[in-house]
Amino acid sequence: MPPDVAHLVTAARDGDREAFDELVRVTYAESFTLALRLTGNEEDARDVVQEAYIRAFRGLSRFRGDAQFSTWMYRITANCANTHLVRRNKHRHEVLDDAAPVADDRPSHDPQLQSDASALRDRLTVALEGLPPKLRQVVVLRDIYDLPHEAIAAELGISETAAKVRLHRARKKLREDLFPRRQEEAADAV
Amino acid sequence: MQCDAVAEDLAAAAEGSVLLGRNERRHVERCLRCQAELVQYRKVLRAMRAMRTEVLEPAPGLLADILANLEAAGERRAIRSLIQGHRAAYLGGLAAATAAGAAGAIVFASRARRLRTAS
Repeated sequence: MPPDVAHLVTAARDGDREAFDELVRVTYAESFTLALRLTGNEEDARDVVQEAYIRAFRGLSRFRGDAQFSTWMYRITANCANTHLVRRNKHRHEVLDDAAPVADDRPSHDPQLQSDASALRDRLTVALEGLPPKLRQVVVLRDIYDLPHEAIAAELGISETAAKVRLHRARKKLREDLFPRRQEEAADAV
Repeated sequence: MQCDAVAEDLAAAAEGSVLLGRNERRHVERCLRCQAELVQYRKVLRAMRAMRTEVLEPAPGLLADILANLEAAGERRAIRSLIQGHRAAYLGGLAAATAAGAAGAIVFASRARRLRTAS
């Protein structure tokens, strides 16, 4: 943990409100980035981040300090995003279907761009947005934020096995989306 | 061995969390399709890890909103603890009054019994 953040956490735990506000200032952009990646929607991400900091504020006394503050915030943000997405989808009566096909009609499939690393990253961002939320949450938390399976399962309220299955499906979808097989290859494989 | 039997483990192998078995390794060494998939998984994972350092710029006003919400939450908490404090004091007072009443009743009863015995 960077010393200034560690110092702020200690002060905030001792009841220093200014220190907690400073912690927010230092970390909110990162938390917002994660929330945006999890929800795929800026408005939802804003709601998630606000809720996450309120939970962090209320639960700061339970933060043991053996993990980085940023990791602790990732877990809270992931939990809030999951709650938010479940609530939103209940409201909209959308079906969260893991097997929903990822749209294949994006301009990002131009093969000329495939060797370019930055283009790959751009296409990856689009592909992540195209994943069903259940799959996106797991792959973002594992492969971008390096959270262990156990933590992911705990924050999303699923079993570790379910988390691993979703991760496998998400990676497979991303790979297929980023490196689509030519029609004749696909036909050969059948 | 078929590609499908290896496919399940390719992503985890690219991540390094799973080691392919001898038969699987032998298959991948001979199969161009599986080799390509392994390379693709590695590229995807590398690109994902690189995203870790990216910070997306939030729209202006988010920080102010978070701090305002925290302020409101802090005030709510302070009011709640004040109410809880009052409630505890009230209950404490009630308990003390009940205990005093009970003690008084016991003293009164024992004195009455003593007077009855004396007469």
